[in-house]
Amino acid sequence: MSLLRIRNLSVDFATASGRFRAVDSVDQDVNTGEILAIVGESGSGKSVSMLALMGLLPWTARVTADEISFDGQDLLNMDRRARRRIIGNDLAMIFQEPMSSLNPCFTVGWQIKEALRFHLGLDRRARHARAVELFEQVGIPDPEKRLSAFPHQMSGGMNQRVMIAMAISCKPKLLIADEPTTALDVTIQAQILDLLAELRNETAMGLVLITHDMGVVAETAERVSVQYAGQKIEEQPVVPLFRTPHHPYTAALLDALPERATEKRLPTIPGVVPGQFDRPPGCLFSPRCKFADDRCRGEPPQPCGADLGQARCFHPLSTDERLAS
Amino acid sequence: MLNYVLSRILTFVPTFIGVTLISFGFIRVLPGDPIIVMAGERGLSQERYDQLSRQFGFDRPIYSQFWDYFVGVLHGDLGISFVTKKPVWDEFFALFPATLELSVCAMVFAVVLGLPAGVIAAVNRGKFFDRALMSSALVGYSMPIFWWALLLIIVFSGNLGWTPVSGRIDLIYYFKDSTGFMLIDSLASGQKGAFTSAVRHLILPSIVLGTIPLAVIARQTRSAMLEVLGEDYIRTARAKGLAPVRINGIHALRNALIPVVTVIGLSVGTLLAGAILTETIFSWPGIGKWMVDSIFRRDYPVVQGGLLLIAVMVMIVNLTVDMLYGVINPKIRKR
Ligand SMILES: Nc1ncnc2c1ncn2[C@@H]1O[C@H](COP(=O)(O)OP(=O)(O)OP(=O)(O)O)[C@@H](O)[C@H]1O
Ligand SMILES: [Mg+2]
Repeated sequence: MSLLRIRNLSVDFATASGRFRAVDSVDQDVNTGEILAIVGESGSGKSVSMLALMGLLPWTARVTADEISFDGQDLLNMDRRARRRIIGNDLAMIFQEPMSSLNPCFTVGWQIKEALRFHLGLDRRARHARAVELFEQVGIPDPEKRLSAFPHQMSGGMNQRVMIAMAISCKPKLLIADEPTTALDVTIQAQILDLLAELRNETAMGLVLITHDMGVVAETAERVSVQYAGQKIEEQPVVPLFRTPHHPYTAALLDALPERATEKRLPTIPGVVPGQFDRPPGCLFSPRCKFADDRCRGEPPQPCGADLGQARCFHPLSTDERLAS
Repeated sequence: MLNYVLSRILTFVPTFIGVTLISFGFIRVLPGDPIIVMAGERGLSQERYDQLSRQFGFDRPIYSQFWDYFVGVLHGDLGISFVTKKPVWDEFFALFPATLELSVCAMVFAVVLGLPAGVIAAVNRGKFFDRALMSSALVGYSMPIFWWALLLIIVFSGNLGWTPVSGRIDLIYYFKDSTGFMLIDSLASGQKGAFTSAVRHLILPSIVLGTIPLAVIARQTRSAMLEVLGEDYIRTARAKGLAPVRINGIHALRNALIPVVTVIGLSVGTLLAGAILTETIFSWPGIGKWMVDSIFRRDYPVVQGGLLLIAVMVMIVNLTVDMLYGVINPKIRKR
């Protein structure tokens, strides 16, 4: 049985200009110890779907799903108190902006010990010892001293390490990392990703890595789920995905990778992700797809079978077609 | 930090000179001659008038009078009351504890109710409590103090008989006012019922004086909280699985406190102004009532000295508030 199981998750926002579906019938599974990457352009609903799982969306959001179960528990119909005992404990999340994700008024030590007291009920000494241990684990030098530092006294990379230490403080079974490296320098990015992969190896926790960087996916992930405009449009293990993407959008994303470029100029995907007002009636990718025909434009496609990576496409690509095009 | 404090104190110099000038000028532009007022119904002879005029220095040009006053102030001498013949300085500090006690109670009332009200309103924004609170805050802010005071007196003292109408303590109690703070002195006296009586006398004036600060603090807390609640670190706190009370009351409120502390500091000025009216209504023997009486008597030294001391108090409070910023939010300490 999988650790996390999401079926038919949709999120609607009530906005001033009407209802907006940010996540549309998404299924997702994560197994213990597995690294799942969720990729997609900005605005494709990656963050919103995971925030829905955590119960962190603002009140304007309406979450519907057939099933959201985590570690055998039904998160969907759980009351808030019970859910709070799981969130931050067995199920943890880190965010894109380490600098603004930590409270500027409290020391990082205070912030990390807070979770330890609440979830694990450790006493003062045990909390301190565990905090030091966690800081060592995430590679923060001089932990004793750093515990009494404020977030603004440390760099973005150090703050992200603090966030990670905080997230893993209660030994979660699943860690969701929402673009954990986007705000950091390239060299620091690699360190943080290595750290996450290492922690996964040590603790066998599941890891969901949200990113829009295909390079990161290739290096870190085991399975990849591609999202576009709120829908999951394809899912495959990482090696086959890079070898034979089935959805034209995935193919286009991969073609845009610098190391795959055959010409001097990088190929780009023309146009942008459709927003609230310009979603086409048919396939959401059809306005930007070079394979789109009238059927694609008029009728929304359903996911194909597992052999075609559940691609939401009427004309899924296979190896030969890709070579031909 | 020390440099910062020193530079702030330096900026007080022009303010201080300005306040000295204004307080000196203000009472003199009011029509009415202090000597005539002092003489009252009886009137006085021209000779006596000239003699007093010379004694008070009114025969000399105005700038030279100001200079004398200013030099006196620099030496810590605020002059002597025309009416009581006692030094202004002594009178001020004899009466100031009463005003301070009232102001502190009013402020405690405003903060203790205003902070939680603002937090709860922000958390439930747009809902019934929020709307009710914001409307009452507007009413509280725009209501004339004397009208509100009379209303409370009629209901609670008149109809219900719960609270006394005036003074600081019932007349049956008598003890030495060693600190000048009635709450402390009554407790120290050990007389049964004295403390309760002092508290009961404080209730209505504190409510009246604290109403405007309460409205201001509640509104400011609400708007600061609304801003903070959208921040990333609040999402982090929620992702830790913390209870809403802890998130709102600790993680958010601490960050929202800076603008709130600022308005609390600014309210001190309003409070001292409000004290003048409140003390008059409730016959509260503090500097507010003292100032009003002195204005009517055209007691120049008292009015100008009193205004100056009040202004200095307000300046000190605001400096303290500035210092507090760094304590509340360590990010600000860097500057
Ligand atoms: N609170 C909200 N109210 C209304 N719309 C929202 C809200 N939060 C997100 N959205 C919309 O939902 C859509 C998906 O947003 P989401 O943040 O999940 O994108 P993303 O895939 O994480 O993109 P990025 O790579 O930029 O993080 C976007 O179009 C966004 O505008
Ligand atoms: Mg995102």
